[in-house]
Parts: sequence; structure tokens; C-alpha cells
Amino acid sequence: MTERPHLAVIGAGPAGLAATVAAAARGVRVTLIDSAAEAGGQFYRQPAAALRARRPQALHHQWRTWERLRDALAGQVESGRVMHLTDHHAWLVERQSGRFTVHALLGPEQEEPAVVHADATVLATGGYEKVLPFPGWTLPGVVTAGGAQAMLKGALAVSGPTAVVAGTGPLLLPVATGLAAAGVKVAALVESADPRDFVRRTRALAAQPGKVGEGARYAARLLRHRVRTLVRHTVVEAHGTGRIEAVTVAALDGAGRVRPGTERRIPCDTLAVGHGMLPHTDLAETLGCRLDGPGVDVDGDQRTDVPGVWAAGETTGIGGAALALAEGHIAGCSAAARLNGAAPDPHAWAAAAKSRNGLREFFAALDPVYAPPAHWAEQVTDDTVVCRCEEVTGGAIREAVADLGAGDLRTVKLLTRAGMGWCQGRVCGPAVAGLAGCGETPGRRPFARPVPLGVLARAGEPKPSDAAQ
Amino acid sequence: MRTPVDLAAARPGPAFTVTLDGREIEAFPGQTVAAALWAAGVTSWRTTRVEGRPRGIFCGIGVCFDCLVTVNDRPNQRACLVPARPGDAIRTQDGTGHDD
Ligand SMILES: Cc1cc2nc3c(=O)[nH]c(=O)nc-3n(C[C@H](O)[C@H](O)[C@H](O)COP(=O)(O)OP(=O)(O)OC[C@H]3O[C@@H](n4cnc5c(N)ncnc54)[C@H](O)[C@@H]3O)c2cc1C
Ligand code: FES
Repeated sequence: MTERPHLAVIGAGPAGLAATVAAAARGVRVTLIDSAAEAGGQFYRQPAAALRARRPQALHHQWRTWERLRDALAGQVESGRVMHLTDHHAWLVERQSGRFTVHALLGPEQEEPAVVHADATVLATGGYEKVLPFPGWTLPGVVTAGGAQAMLKGALAVSGPTAVVAGTGPLLLPVATGLAAAGVKVAALVESADPRDFVRRTRALAAQPGKVGEGARYAARLLRHRVRTLVRHTVVEAHGTGRIEAVTVAALDGAGRVRPGTERRIPCDTLAVGHGMLPHTDLAETLGCRLDGPGVDVDGDQRTDVPGVWAAGETTGIGGAALALAEGHIAGCSAAARLNGAAPDPHAWAAAAKSRNGLREFFAALDPVYAPPAHWAEQVTDDTVVCRCEEVTGGAIREAVADLGAGDLRTVKLLTRAGMGWCQGRVCGPAVAGLAGCGETPGRRPFARPVPLGVLARAGEPKPSDAAQ
Repeated sequence: MRTPVDLAAARPGPAFTVTLDGREIEAFPGQTVAAALWAAGVTSWRTTRVEGRPRGIFCGIGVCFDCLVTVNDRPNQRACLVPARPGDAIRTQDGTGHDD
């Protein structure tokens, strides 16, 4: 066996792929671990191979970049430098005497364990969507905006012929145009942000002409598919019994409150809704990495404050695929240099760093523009389910705060069970924090995935069948 | 109407049969259980533990656990992750998915 240093990259999205390819090209042995069946992550999610899509690029943007990444990965896998473990859900990364053990569960059932040992790790686990509750949001046919996109790109599936796309954030544009291109009638794109706020941020926009062009292309596509765009509007309720049949949308005033009398009903069988994204930080947190706001804190080399741990892409903060690519490339170069015993030379990735810094600035300027309506909580009636898993209502959460004096998320959770279900509070966390009026504290989940007890009990014992040594 | 399958020019292998509560449904190689159910016009296949409300796909990527379903007598499988296989007996599930 070769004595090459070994890097474990977790996540095969743009960030993880860029890191893998960069590190492998610099002589490092890489194990790329991802829960999906194919590489690509969210942005480059591929249709399942057996669907035999001959034109997958029709669902995608920046296809040539994907081809380059895909082919580079395939080349490195062929040369034996990279091992790509698909269908591996990492639930814990342990650091012991400077080495790392990645614990994973196999396949969609997530019951069989697997273990990977490495000298260093790059966390590239991306992010997940934030969706704030409103009456009717648990009806079948209401899906997250990214979920609609994932079902479309990965399974070539849509849940009905007529959709409304709503919420806030740059993700709504590809979702609306993607559904429309796939034959879904998009009855409306409902965005709560105010376009005038973009204009006030012209400096950051002007510095990213590529992004302005992207926006213009989306606008043209919306026009071509005759998608009606309602800005400064919000969904106030989804209607239906066994499934969604319509939504009521309304205009927002300058303060972010629904303007009475502006409500209108739009029939639809699908509502794709999202209010932005949050970084996945579970693995980083159990490793003890410091966070910076909601994301993992990194230095100019994409290193976390834990030696041997790099982080790249949306796990460090939300900023889209191009930023994830730049960060991944830097992380891969920097990790490879350290593993090869050299001091990293930032000149070697100056171009990626320039692109990263510009994109970060751009997304920092966009962030306050794409905010959910300031008074979204007023739409959450007392009988609206807020925690979908444990079916905890808005009323129960308000009661825990007002009558029982809960002042932080943990106490609200203990009193109401909100956030104690299957999803471990990933879906309701931001809403519970908002309703309770307490800060959004990081999740502090012991594991990134629910782990069967048998696997937990055995996790301490080394096994001969470890996936990679 | 144009479909996503047309858009991506997908030519999956021949369809096979799965059942939903005994009713035959057509599925294609490569489809998840959720995709096969959506294609059959089914958007909900579970009712909740407390209020008995219908649920189906929400996050589409394995995070939310809303899409739980029983496949070949294994309860609580995530329909958005599990591939459909020929002959699968898919069952809607109530509450915890266990007979209690
Ligand atoms: C559902 C969804 C759909 C999206 N669709 C679009 C879109 O169409 N267009 C767009 O511009 N942006 C989209 N985005 C935004 C997207 O996150 C970024 O564009 C980009 O993909 C970020 O790249 P990344 O490499 O940081 O993370 P990702 O692309 O999210 O890749 C992270 C990878 O890590 C894997 N992973 C995470 N945790 C674990 C774990 N514990 N164990 C093993 N593997 C793990 C995931 O399976 C994933 O493949 C979407 C986001 C979401 C959540
Ligand atoms: S839809 Fe969220 S886990 Fe399947």
C-alpha cells in the first residue's frame, strides 16, 4: 500500500468536488464521501442513472463546469487516487491523536455502518433550506423550493400541473424557471423582497457583472414562460383538505406587514416555498469547530480552528455554486500542501481567492435584501402546526413563552417537544426561535443523522470490514 | 403537455409494477418510491401520529422525514430516497408506522 497522505472529503457538491480534484491533482489520496447515489450535490444534482437521461443539461446551468468536474473526478477515480463512496451518510467525524475517523451509514435505509480513516478532512456538506410556517403549510403538495428542484433534477418528477413558487431568495428563480421549462404552469412567483432594495446596493452588484447577467437571463425566461412575478408579496395561507388546492397571497407594506384587503386566491396543486438557506454544521460542531454566525468559521485557506479540518462551500455560509467551487478549490490546495508537508502558498490559488472574496461580498450585500417579511410570525395562527414532526402548534409555543416563561430554544423544546422529532429541529428551528423571540442558536445535534442504537454501540470497536484504511 | 422526462430526453428501461396498498402502480427503473407515487397522482402516503393529518414529500432530499412510508413491511422508509424496485409492496402508514 502507498504511504500517500489521505484526505476525507465529505460532500460531493461543487465545493467537495473542487476540493477532491485539487487535492488529488497534488498527489493526495482522497476518499470522497456523499449520501447521494451520484456526485453533484444540490446544484449539479443528476437524474438517477437508470432514468437514462440523454439531455440532463436541459435541467441545468453552467453545464460545462460540471463536465469538467465530472471528468476530472472520473480520471482521478480511474487512476486510483480518489475513492468515491456514494450512498454514505456521515453521522460523526472523530478526531483522535491528530487522525480522523468518519462514521457513516449506508444506503437509503441508513442502518449498515461504514468507517473511513484519514489524516485530514474537508467538510463540504452544503446547506439546507429554511421554510417559515403559515397556515396550511403541512398540506401535501406544499414542498420546499429546493425540494421541488431536487425532485425535478434527480427524479424527473413533479407533483402536479400547476405550481406557485413563493418565499424569498435567489433560489426561487431557478426553481420557477426549471418547473416552467419542465411543462409545469407556474401560476405565480411570489417574492417578499423589494426590488428597490437591490438598487440601493448597486455597488456590490456592479462589481459582479456575471451575476447581473444571470439575473437578466432569469427575468427573460420568466417572461418567456409567462410567469407572473409578484414582488413584495407573501403567501398567507395554503388551502385544501387532502392536498393543496389554492394559496392566498397578499401584498406587504414597507414594514413587512400584510396589507389588509390585498389578499387574492391563486388555484394550484403545488406550492414550492423557501425562505433562504442555512449551513449544515453538525459534523463541524461535534469536531469542535468554531462557528461564525450560522456557518463554520474559516481562515483565508478555508481552514477551521481545529487542526486538520478544512471547510468549504455553503457549510461556511450561503453563497451559491460558484462560491462553493472557489472555496473547495482553495481547501483542496491548502489541505494537499499541509499533507505533503509544505506551507500552503496562497499565490497558487490567487484567482480562486479573488473570485471567492468578490462573491462573498456580493452575497453579503444580497443577504439583507432577501429577508422574510419582518412580521411573518403574525401569519402563524395559534392552530398552525410549527414543528411538523411532533405537531406542535404556534399556540403551544407562545404559551410556553408567555405563560411558562421559556426564554431560550432549549426550554421551549423541553416544554413543547418542538424540535424533538425525526428531523431534530432542522425544519422548525428558525420558526420556533422567531415565534419565541429568542436567538437562533446552533442546533447542537450530537449526530448529523439519526443513528440506530446497534450502530452506536458498535461504533467504538474497530472492525476489519472498514471501508478504507 | 411537456414533461420533465421529455425535457431531459430520458429513456428509462421498461416499466415494472409496484403496489400501493395492493393497487398496482407503474414505476420505472431509476425512480424513487416518491417519484413513482407522484407519477401515479398520489401526493400523500402517511398520516401523522397526533392529528392523523396526511403528509407526503416536503424537503425532497431526506432531511425532513415527512415522506415516511412502509416498503415491503419495513416502516418509516423515506420515499424521497428509496428507489422503487420491481414487485415492491408499498403501504401507506398511520402514526408511528408500527402496529401500536
Ligand atoms: C434542495 C436544494 C436545491 C438547490 N437547488 C439549487 C439550484 O437549482 N440552483 C442553484 O443555484 N442553487 C441551488 N441550491 C443551492 C445550492 O446549495 C448551491 O448552489 C450549491 O449546490 C452549494 O454547493 P456546496 O458544494 O456547498 O453544497 P451542496 O451542493 O449542497 O453539496 C453538499 C453535499 O454534501 C452531501 N452531504 C451533506 N451532509 C452529508 C453527510 N452528513 N454525509 C454525507 N454526505 C453529506 C450532500 O448529499 C451533498 O451532495 C439548492 C439547495 C438545496 C438545499
Ligand atoms: S421529503 Fe423530506 S425526507 Fe423525504
